[in-house]
Amino acid sequence: MNAAAGSASPHVVETHGVGKVFETGDAAVTALDGIDLTIRSGEFVSLIGPSGCGKSTLLRIIGDLTDPSGGELRVNGKSARQARLDRDYGMVFQAPVLMDWRNVASNIELPLEVMGFPREDRARRSAALVKLVELEGFEGKHPWQLSGGMQQRVAIARALAFDPKLLLMDEPFGALDEMTRERMNLEVMRIWRETGTTIVFVTHSIPEAVFLSTRVVVMSARPGRISRVVDVDLPQPRTVDTREEPRYFSLVTTVREALRAHLVDTEPLDDLGDARIRAEGIS
Amino acid sequence: MTRSSRLSSWLPALLLAVVVLALWEGASIVLGLQTFLLPRPSLIVGKLVELWPSTLARGIAFTASEALVGLVAGVACGTLVGLATARWRTARETLVPIGIGASTVPIIAFAPITINWFGPESMLPRVIIVAVMVFFPTMVNTIRGLTQVEPAALELMSSYAATDRQILMKLRVPNALPFWFTALRIAMTLSVIGAVVGEFFGGPLYSLGIYITNQTGVSDYASAWAAIVLACFLGIAFYFAAILLERLLVPWYAAREAAR
Repeated sequence: MNAAAGSASPHVVETHGVGKVFETGDAAVTALDGIDLTIRSGEFVSLIGPSGCGKSTLLRIIGDLTDPSGGELRVNGKSARQARLDRDYGMVFQAPVLMDWRNVASNIELPLEVMGFPREDRARRSAALVKLVELEGFEGKHPWQLSGGMQQRVAIARALAFDPKLLLMDEPFGALDEMTRERMNLEVMRIWRETGTTIVFVTHSIPEAVFLSTRVVVMSARPGRISRVVDVDLPQPRTVDTREEPRYFSLVTTVREALRAHLVDTEPLDDLGDARIRAEGIS
Repeated sequence: MTRSSRLSSWLPALLLAVVVLALWEGASIVLGLQTFLLPRPSLIVGKLVELWPSTLARGIAFTASEALVGLVAGVACGTLVGLATARWRTARETLVPIGIGASTVPIIAFAPITINWFGPESMLPRVIIVAVMVFFPTMVNTIRGLTQVEPAALELMSSYAATDRQILMKLRVPNALPFWFTALRIAMTLSVIGAVVGEFFGGPLYSLGIYITNQTGVSDYASAWAAIVLACFLGIAFYFAAILLERLLVPWYAAREAAR
């Protein structure tokens, strides 16, 4: 079980008034504004919102891949830069970003090579991770010989290779079909339970966010702000049956309404857009 | 990819060559073409066999050496400049314009000058010509391979707090290898052309370029053609050497291309 969740819960991520302004030529776009967010150890937090709400930017700021324009940010109690240099987090992008010249096992071992792990340790870890993401028998395959879902599993295994206490996932299943996506969700759940890693997960899928998370952070666009935080009190472990519980549906509705409330606030939807949201609410 | 499928992929080209040669031979006989216009293939092959021990073997060895030395020098320089430019901004700003400048040197005009520097008997004039010719494609492709890296891959390395050196060795260089081998294929064929053309402006009597000009001068066209055919074979051999090297050093690349 997820041991860390019940412990003293030190803050893994802590932001105060974090903002991001992109200078594009003569215009400045405020991508993020006044983000206050605290993520405790062992949590599974999803960031959800319309495109342009800055959810990916926020994740990249936590990972020190983008600099914030203002505000305070601590990752594991240190600056984001220090946390990156200390290899405190593993990153999974929307694209698997695998090296074509490496096979599955050596792709998983890439961070271990960079970090100077001894050879036997690397082999041991990659073998265990291949098992964790259920890719036994594919160790010697190259990326182009794998399906999209398998490639993304390699990317997840690679992110976990050095036992980071924090996993940052930026729409990792956005490019996968619905069936594969639901299977990958179950797998991420299992990995989260087995490793006790804190996960920050960017998605634009409401069911995915509710199914996976302990908390869903709903964001709104222009400027990117946190509009609501929804606690997901669905029991653990979550299984295929979770998606059929009444509580699951009501939480999906809660998140959808939180997203919609803000859309109606800022810009009136055309008839088509409104109809689409209503249709989704029924499904 | 299996050996047999590779052989069969060359079969159409081989068949076409045989057909063209047969037509050439047949047309020469039927139309009674004069040998000085276009010698029959059988005549050229006969000359090739006849002249091989006395002159052609020595000629091809000499021309091949020039091409090879020039190739190694030019490819080495192009690769090093490419590495330096991808690594340091100042190198990019100073060396790339010089590289482009070098690529615009008109080789035909440049050849007599190099012979004036080192004398016709020396290999150096052709070595320099070949090196200048192959330098540019090598440099351009090396830079492209080192810099055209997926931005997300760079961010991934950055998330591991990888050093510049690690990013170079584990990401940029492996990414550049297929580009580099493309350059090598071009350079291999260019090197033979460069060596033979360079010899037209001077060289030892037995070198292929000089031999071709001399035999044409005395109207011994069959012998000239024998030397031309030999130069072609040299170019083809160089090209296949590049492919073989590529298969050995970046086996994943051919496998990926075959899978696509």
